[in-house]
Amino acid sequence: MPLALVHAKYQLLEIIRIPVAVFGAAFFPAASMIFFVVPFTGDDAQAATFATASMVTFSVLTANIFQYGAGVAEDRVQPWSPYTRTLPAGALPRFAGRILAGLVLTYVSMLPVVVIAAVATAAAITPVDFLIALGTVAVISVPFTLLGLAIGYSMPSKAAIVVAQLIFFPLAFGGGLLSGPDDAPGFIRAIAPYLPTRGAVELMWAAATDWRPDPLALAMLGVWVVLLAAVATWAYRRDEGRRFS
Amino acid sequence: MILAHADQVSRRYGDVLALDRVDLTVRAGELVGLLGPNGAGKSTLINLLVGLRRPTAGRVELFGGDPRDATSRRRLGVTPQETGLPGTLRVGEVVDFVSAHFPDPVPRAELLDRFGLADQVRRQTGGLSGGQRRRLAVALAFIGRPRLVILDEPTTGLDVEARHSLWEAVRAFHSEGGTVLLSSHYLEEVEALAQRVVVIGHGRVLADDTVDAVRGIVGVRRVSLIADELPPLPGVVSTEHAEGRTHLLTTDADQLVRDLVRAGVAFRELEVRPTSLEEAFLTITADDRPTAVTA
Repeated sequence: MPLALVHAKYQLLEIIRIPVAVFGAAFFPAASMIFFVVPFTGDDAQAATFATASMVTFSVLTANIFQYGAGVAEDRVQPWSPYTRTLPAGALPRFAGRILAGLVLTYVSMLPVVVIAAVATAAAITPVDFLIALGTVAVISVPFTLLGLAIGYSMPSKAAIVVAQLIFFPLAFGGGLLSGPDDAPGFIRAIAPYLPTRGAVELMWAAATDWRPDPLALAMLGVWVVLLAAVATWAYRRDEGRRFS
Repeated sequence: MILAHADQVSRRYGDVLALDRVDLTVRAGELVGLLGPNGAGKSTLINLLVGLRRPTAGRVELFGGDPRDATSRRRLGVTPQETGLPGTLRVGEVVDFVSAHFPDPVPRAELLDRFGLADQVRRQTGGLSGGQRRRLAVALAFIGRPRLVILDEPTTGLDVEARHSLWEAVRAFHSEGGTVLLSSHYLEEVEALAQRVVVIGHGRVLADDTVDAVRGIVGVRRVSLIADELPPLPGVVSTEHAEGRTHLLTTDADQLVRDLVRAGVAFRELEVRPTSLEEAFLTITADDRPTAVTA
């Protein structure tokens, strides 16, 4: 088994043994689904599908921000991570393993949303669109993984958890994840295209339905990816410099 | 054959000079003790040797290569800090995880048996006793059939029995041809295991010699007494006066007492106590005689 997979496997084992983290990431989207989507979309298949795609994006956002933000910050104070760097492999397999484990958990944490959508709403999706949507989840994980890494590598774990909590709701609400594409309040319509969550949810909508994504939101998503990659790289290098140089 | 080598290595953390032009050579088959009080620079030196840190100046080599290259660490065994084991993983899982990094690891059952952990294979490491955790941490260093094992204070905080069983494991590895570099702030531990001792203090190598020779310098005793005036006495390393008592540090307390009696000094309340290692180091470092013994 390649070492990155070995690292991913044991990181997943560690996380699953304390499943609160997984519940945490799955809870908000699932609860929002039950309280805001199920009662209001009724048998409107299109509205339910859009709302489900929004909630999937929401769960990708929370899963990644919390996992990487809190997880990385916590790891940095554990003596186990320097130990693994004395093994004949170095830092890369551990990092790659973390990304893989993060992706697996992202898929796990959106399961409740998908199950609720299938059972309790009129949301409908073709098998091909479903596969495209699955792939899109990996794509839209990129900006939020980078955001989580930037948080996790730049601050201590207590601060990281608070910052993650402060960030995730405005991003979700401001990006229009909690409202349909056409019925969002005016100020959200104004700011949404400039938030990374909007570009991400536009991609999810496009994957699950025949929605044509807003070019401005997609361009801004690209800008966010570049920006967050720069901040995450800076934070990672600074941390490496402090602990391993 | 040289397995680990530090050549005029210095390491600075901000304003603090943790290591100051240190030389160290570990050859195949040696069991070297790295002795020094807390904060002397032992861990810094070890971090450089295992590739976790880069020297500020000088050169570090492991198996002839840069310790920061993964390939240089293939025949190296290192122990994590006991507190660093992932608490939710089972003993067997931690062993399997580390094993996956080596081409020819020691089979799990054999390793756990050797360290008396066979019954704990399904326990989570967070539920182990301190002694068991430490044994597991040390066991991890031996998984990859290393040629060189570096143990940073392997028995700190262990009870006597657990300490002795770990010593046995280290001796067994060494008797089969393994090379060991072991840091400790216990003279007793180094005496029990090592043939050669490198004493580090204030970031410098103070002595690098056989155990016997180093015991001579760090085996300093404190002779304390009440006396008005003392004649010059041979073999006294330092003299200090505190609360009406005179404290003499010496490497040969017996001879000093004989000399006192022979000189007819009027003294009372004589006490002879072993000094702590710390005190001994302070003594040999205080008067700046770092080269008291050199190999």
